[in-house]
Amino acid sequence: MLIDAHSLSLNPAAHMVWGFAAVFAFLIVGTSAAVILPRFKAGEGFADLGKRMVSWWVIIALVAGALVGGWPATSALFAVVSFLALREFLSLAPARQEDRLIIFLIYLTIPISYFFVVINIYMFYLVFIPVYVFLALPFLMACIGQTKGFLTSTATFHWGVMTCVYNIGFIALLMRVPRWDAPQAGAVGLVFLLLVATEGNDVFQYLTGKLFGRHKIVPAVSPKKTWEGFLGGWLLTAAMIVLIGPLFTPLHGVGLWTVALTLPPAGFAGDITFSAIKRDIGVKDTSGFIPGHGGVLDRLDSLTFTSPLYFHLLAYFSLATY
Amino acid sequence: MTWLRFLLITAILRPAARFMLGADIVGQENLPKSGPAIVAANHNSHVDTLLLLSLFSPRALARVRPVAAADYFLANPAISWFSRNIIGIVPVDRAAAGSGVDVLGGAREALARGDILIIFPEGSRGVASQDMAPLKSGVARLIEACPEAPVTPVWIQGAGRVLPKGAHIPVPLTCCALAGPPIRWQGDRIAFMAELKAGLEALRAEAPPLKWRDTD
Repeated sequence: MLIDAHSLSLNPAAHMVWGFAAVFAFLIVGTSAAVILPRFKAGEGFADLGKRMVSWWVIIALVAGALVGGWPATSALFAVVSFLALREFLSLAPARQEDRLIIFLIYLTIPISYFFVVINIYMFYLVFIPVYVFLALPFLMACIGQTKGFLTSTATFHWGVMTCVYNIGFIALLMRVPRWDAPQAGAVGLVFLLLVATEGNDVFQYLTGKLFGRHKIVPAVSPKKTWEGFLGGWLLTAAMIVLIGPLFTPLHGVGLWTVALTLPPAGFAGDITFSAIKRDIGVKDTSGFIPGHGGVLDRLDSLTFTSPLYFHLLAYFSLATY
Repeated sequence: MTWLRFLLITAILRPAARFMLGADIVGQENLPKSGPAIVAANHNSHVDTLLLLSLFSPRALARVRPVAAADYFLANPAISWFSRNIIGIVPVDRAAAGSGVDVLGGAREALARGDILIIFPEGSRGVASQDMAPLKSGVARLIEACPEAPVTPVWIQGAGRVLPKGAHIPVPLTCCALAGPPIRWQGDRIAFMAELKAGLEALRAEAPPLKWRDTD
């Protein structure tokens, strides 16, 4: 039986309080595991777990603080996150000497794109990067005059801007949904479910893979990923979305089930796609920015795929705003 | 002026380096915590010095002094003031080299006082994607005078793209510094320089790849 938000007679703020409390409860469980596990099984690769958990505390504190601060704080935080991710991408991506100034210009897509979130003009946001940056960047690169490796460079740069700026920006855009359109827990609830489901999927995949993993799923790209991990993550995340989705979002019925069934594979796809890029470049992590996790992009890979999908499904099934 | 230097480096330079450059550090335990010591790094950009300054522990920072060319960094009063008081350079008069004047005198004195010197043995800035320039032996002559000082090789990856020689606009890109095990003076200049070069090359091989094509 599904939990019905209305029958719980909680006010919207209370849903978020319980949501954050649950996240912190999981953090405490994880941190305890990080403290206890290495004492029982020394040298089993738990050394990083402590660092990982400390980083999780920082990440979750920052995100929770931004969500409480409303859309301006959330936009600011994710603009910074976009910048860090894009910086990592542009630093690793094959580029030509002549593209140095183009790289400088590419960073300007961040303030412009997030500016459209600030003035809340959805249509501008929607077309700015996929259409106009897509056209303007190659033109500017043509003006520089280096035609060798031209198409490869334009494609590389656009891929980075789409994933790191455009797709991540949908999170900020979600925060502009007015209260009446998401009465369950406000805009914060929408973003909360996306983040919890995406990161939860990563964790569930990791845990079920570690426990039951036998059959490799894409060994050429990501040798540690297994069918068991993928399916386990899918099942558990879908169940979680169906259970808690109605508490935090207006999703119900077909919409709820569509999000529950499509979000986990999208997260998996993001993970695998970035793994392919990292393998192509020849690095394991995109940087060492987050202790125990690797780079910002390593943490963000699945989110770059889930956030646009989640936004569009939410917009189609349940939001009047978009 | 030491408090201003400390404040600018810890409150502005360090966060800015972390944000704009990532400033990843591998082998931080190899960086000297007290002097006398020498840090010898490859050199492709002015960013190298700023990046290195941001990596030292606050306690070591007061002792850290980059060795830099007098003809470049003391050229005009504003840059000279900033170089001496904020960056804390030990000037070396490149033009006087070979004229019998002891150009390394200032650096040797700093080492004797217990400072941590940052030296770029390549001399001037090179191109990131190319081989290192032949290392100048000044660092060997310094360590000969102060044999107890450890020499830590540091490879800086990426700074040459942030602000290459001749460029004026820095572009934010991830930089990574790799510090190797310190090298000790064994009494032979040639062997010492060979060991330093090998140390730097070994760090370079470990560094994240630079996918930067030279098209000319």
